[in-house]
Amino acid sequence: MDLWSHSKRSSARGLVVFAALLAVLLMSAPGRAETITAVMHSGLRVLDPIITTAHIVRNHGYMIYDTLLGTDAEGKIQPQMAEKWAVSPDGKTYTFTLRSGLKWHDGPPVKAEDCIASIKRFCEQDKMGQVLMTMVADVKAVNDRTFQVILKEPTEVILTALSKPSGLAAFIMPKRVAETPSTTPIKEYIGSGPFKFVTAEFKPGIKAVYEKNKDYVPRSEPASGSAGGKVVHVDRVEWVTMPDHMTTINALLAGEIDYTEWVQFDLLPMVEGKKDIQVRVIEKQGFQTMYRFNHLYPPFNNKLIRQAAMYAVRQEDVLKALVGNPKYYKTCGAVFGCGTPFESSAGADMVVPSNPEKAMELLKQAKYDGTPVVVLHATDVSTIASNPVVITAALRKVGFTVDLQSMDWMTLVGRRASMEPPAKGGWNLFSTNWLINEIMDPLRAATVSANGKRAWFGWPEVKQIEDLKMKFARTSNPAEQKKLAEEVQKVVIEEGVMVPLGQFYVPSAYRSSLTGVLDSPVPYFWNVKKSGK
Amino acid sequence: MLAYIARRLLATVPVMGMVAAIVFAILRLTPGDPAAIIAGDAATPAQLELIRRHMGLDQPIHVQFLLWLGQLVRGDLGLSLISNVPVMGMIADRIGPSLALGLSTIVFTVIIAIPLGVIAAWRRGTLVDRAVMAFSVFGFSVPVFVTGYLLIFFFAIGLGWFPVQGYKPLAGGFWPFYQRLILPTLALSTIYVALIARITRTSILDVMDEDYIRTARAKGVKESTVFMRHALRNAAVPIATIVGIGMAMLISGVVVTESVFNIPGLGRLVVEAVLARDYPVIQGLILLFSLIYILINLAVDILYTVFDPRIRY
Amino acid sequence: MPANGNPIPAEALREKPLETAPGRQPGIDSAASALAHFKRTLRRGPALAAVLLLAVVVGVAFCAPLLGTTDPIAINPALRLKLPSHEHWLGTDAYGRDVYSRVMYGSRISLIVGLGAALMGVAVGLLIGVIAGYIRLADAVLMRVMDGLMAIPGILLAIALVSLSGASLFTVLVAITIPEIPRVVRLVRGVILSVRSEPYVEAAISLGTRVPTLLLRHMVPNTVPPLVVQGTYIFASAILTEAILSFLGAGLPPENSSWGNIMAEGRMYFQLRPGLILYPGILLSLTVLSVNVLGDALRDALDPRLARRL
Repeated sequence: MDLWSHSKRSSARGLVVFAALLAVLLMSAPGRAETITAVMHSGLRVLDPIITTAHIVRNHGYMIYDTLLGTDAEGKIQPQMAEKWAVSPDGKTYTFTLRSGLKWHDGPPVKAEDCIASIKRFCEQDKMGQVLMTMVADVKAVNDRTFQVILKEPTEVILTALSKPSGLAAFIMPKRVAETPSTTPIKEYIGSGPFKFVTAEFKPGIKAVYEKNKDYVPRSEPASGSAGGKVVHVDRVEWVTMPDHMTTINALLAGEIDYTEWVQFDLLPMVEGKKDIQVRVIEKQGFQTMYRFNHLYPPFNNKLIRQAAMYAVRQEDVLKALVGNPKYYKTCGAVFGCGTPFESSAGADMVVPSNPEKAMELLKQAKYDGTPVVVLHATDVSTIASNPVVITAALRKVGFTVDLQSMDWMTLVGRRASMEPPAKGGWNLFSTNWLINEIMDPLRAATVSANGKRAWFGWPEVKQIEDLKMKFARTSNPAEQKKLAEEVQKVVIEEGVMVPLGQFYVPSAYRSSLTGVLDSPVPYFWNVKKSGK
Repeated sequence: MLAYIARRLLATVPVMGMVAAIVFAILRLTPGDPAAIIAGDAATPAQLELIRRHMGLDQPIHVQFLLWLGQLVRGDLGLSLISNVPVMGMIADRIGPSLALGLSTIVFTVIIAIPLGVIAAWRRGTLVDRAVMAFSVFGFSVPVFVTGYLLIFFFAIGLGWFPVQGYKPLAGGFWPFYQRLILPTLALSTIYVALIARITRTSILDVMDEDYIRTARAKGVKESTVFMRHALRNAAVPIATIVGIGMAMLISGVVVTESVFNIPGLGRLVVEAVLARDYPVIQGLILLFSLIYILINLAVDILYTVFDPRIRY
Repeated sequence: MPANGNPIPAEALREKPLETAPGRQPGIDSAASALAHFKRTLRRGPALAAVLLLAVVVGVAFCAPLLGTTDPIAINPALRLKLPSHEHWLGTDAYGRDVYSRVMYGSRISLIVGLGAALMGVAVGLLIGVIAGYIRLADAVLMRVMDGLMAIPGILLAIALVSLSGASLFTVLVAITIPEIPRVVRLVRGVILSVRSEPYVEAAISLGTRVPTLLLRHMVPNTVPPLVVQGTYIFASAILTEAILSFLGAGLPPENSSWGNIMAEGRMYFQLRPGLILYPGILLSLTVLSVNVLGDALRDALDPRLARRL
């Protein structure tokens, strides 16, 4: 048919044919992929969840990798990749059997040797894993789907380490990938999880794309936390980085994105009460905000002066400046977090309220001579920018001389690691936040490490704490553990090893077209359905 | 002419070399540890040291510099320290949006600003002149993020005419591509309209004084022809210069606009790389910017010969 | 475009667009008429308004403590983000600090930043430009260095400087000024180059005038008009750049409040408390606008051609 004929009749016929062809094409066109567009709390750049503790990389890990064990919404340990596990009567041999049907994204089945290599790599970097390794006598594969871990003494640390979603999570990777040294980033992104990573579309700092793993075999139980059946109901999930917070909210309101992991507290009025937006705290355990002293140099090498500082700062002020909305914070003097098994209020009156008179009295008693306190302040990260300002004001009010030094986060990270005197590029005080899940017991909390120069920044030397931690690792009696944890709390506060500044919860917001969003410490995209609009 | 171009191109090598050396030095002397951003908050000093060794950061500075030069000579910009992807690839991903925004802004600016400058020069000294100049300067006096927020608030949220943010490549259709560039273009143009309108006006006024203009008028040539044919032609040189500078600045310096409107361009990449101390990315970008700057200057100089035949190289 | 018909080297041409034609008349006559013209311009219209406004801003900067302000860095988290009220005329910011006080005191830092950058930029640029313009050998090297400098993004310099010597007013000033220097250098160099070939300079050389006198008495004065104009533009641009650096988290420490960092801190609240951006923003814009208008007026006045015309 000559569609370009000049005669009217031919043109009309041509048009009809054209329209018919178009209709056929449109009807047989494949349906558009169901995509969730999400803005996460940070851009994704590093893709190795073992080499880094950055949360965004762990979140990425949960998309494409699977774990041997999981933690359900009640905090109980459940099997995930493992069909089941068996413990020998003496409590020293754990036998794990893999489920059937587990396959890597590039085809081959998951084997026991993959699990062993992955666990080894995980244990080299993870704090709890390192403790675990000191207690392991041997790890061996029994057959392709079963392996055993033989311990020197009975401990449940092995189960906790393999199931916990925070700090590092024990993701299972193919043996060849897991054999990459744990200080070198992996270069292949093959997992066995419910999503596949679309490497070709990855743009670091801009976009990360995941597509549904059609060969994934979910468990039959309902999804709960990082346990249960991970059923994916969409075709694609795209993580988009958006540097401006207000633009993110506007984009959510306009329907340009479906989900934002963190809503800045002060922007909540823009999304609350809107019919097509859901606002919810998904991570119900919350965050702890805290600060640490540098125990190596004056003035904070003096316990009385540390205590003076603790009496000077008021948690309510810190939290108001950090969060603002009382619905999302609470004062909490517990080193291991409030609402957790090891919550304790020992020493709370030193850290929660402020007592300027007591602070000034302690300063006089300690003969504080005006040595300036160097407080590190990062200006480019909104979640940690306010604490140093509030702490500085509180310290000055009771008579401290404070040098508030502002810099970008990277510079702060560099300076924080320096053991030089404050005047030569060191520091006296810095503040940061932790997920409650990461600090809720004495073993996993880096914040209470007190083994001198090998400890976390601040380098306190309190042998008593390290002894208590080892005792804690050796017992599996909950009552005993609670007692030990309470002891640790007392010593930590008394010695000023770390200072809790309170607890806060971060709301997420997503469009009402998304249903099935799970409560969890990590944002999960399985179980989520996306309806019309 | 060709010899001149060749000479200029050859001269770019030492310039870029010097820029590379300066930037390398600044970066290595600046405190901050990219290994720390990879390892995260709870890493021990021992772990950081191992990562640093893997990145090659534990070697003396001059060794690192020579290694990098060696890579460069082979056309390899290296891998990003943080995300391990090739720097060239990262730049290639982001240059599209930057070019798109830059070109769109320059074109729009020139279309608005040159007529404004011409009108102001034509009606020199009158209220029109002053009003045009004041109006254009006003745009130049507001920080671009304020302009950006205002535009989003009124046009994207209020009237719903445009999307709030984002970038779609041209391959996905012209309108989805362009509708997302309109607001950021407007925000950036407010700055450059002032510059170009002012230059146009000044250059034309400078020219209007010359004897040959008086001759043309004496000859009876229409005033508008005097303007168009003689004045504008001669004013083209400085205008071209400013347009060239503007283009170079737009490609490298619009991080604020890119942040507010979520455009994944080179400006954001520079800032993120600097804040993360991602040395290979920063070094690669600086080289790219200096190359762009040099080439644009060269292009403008060559353009001079088109506008002014007296200029010879 | 000079009427003498010689081919013009491209670099010299590039000097012109940056705001004004180099003045070439050394005579006293023209200067007096230029000054008279300037005085006339000042007495009416936009230039007058600009000068008045700037006077007000300077007045505010000097008298900030007397204008009903309280301590601009006193935080009070219990009273954050409040609307304007009797105690807080413009409301409070995210830390509970009084916005009115911060904006009033902010004028000081913003003016210091603007003036500091303008003076430093002009002084350093003049020095380097004269050397480059007068000494042929130095010229090639210096201009290539300037080219290179223009390619380095300001943010990199700012962060590097701030990390190396700590965030302070001085480091931010230096970080803002350095990117402005190459343009001043080009300007000065262009003037020196074109003045060098003037007959009266050749005459002076043949008369045996020593170099310093030659430079200071005959050549440098010609750079003053464009430098003054360029200085005003650096002033305006510096204040804006400071706001952008604060936006990116590399600006002044929050203890010194400038309009720029008040706006940067408040930018997230734009749709809830627009005042946090608008109050300092309006003052900032008006100040920058006035300086630009003043610069235009100065250029019109000091351009001998225009003086001749009128």
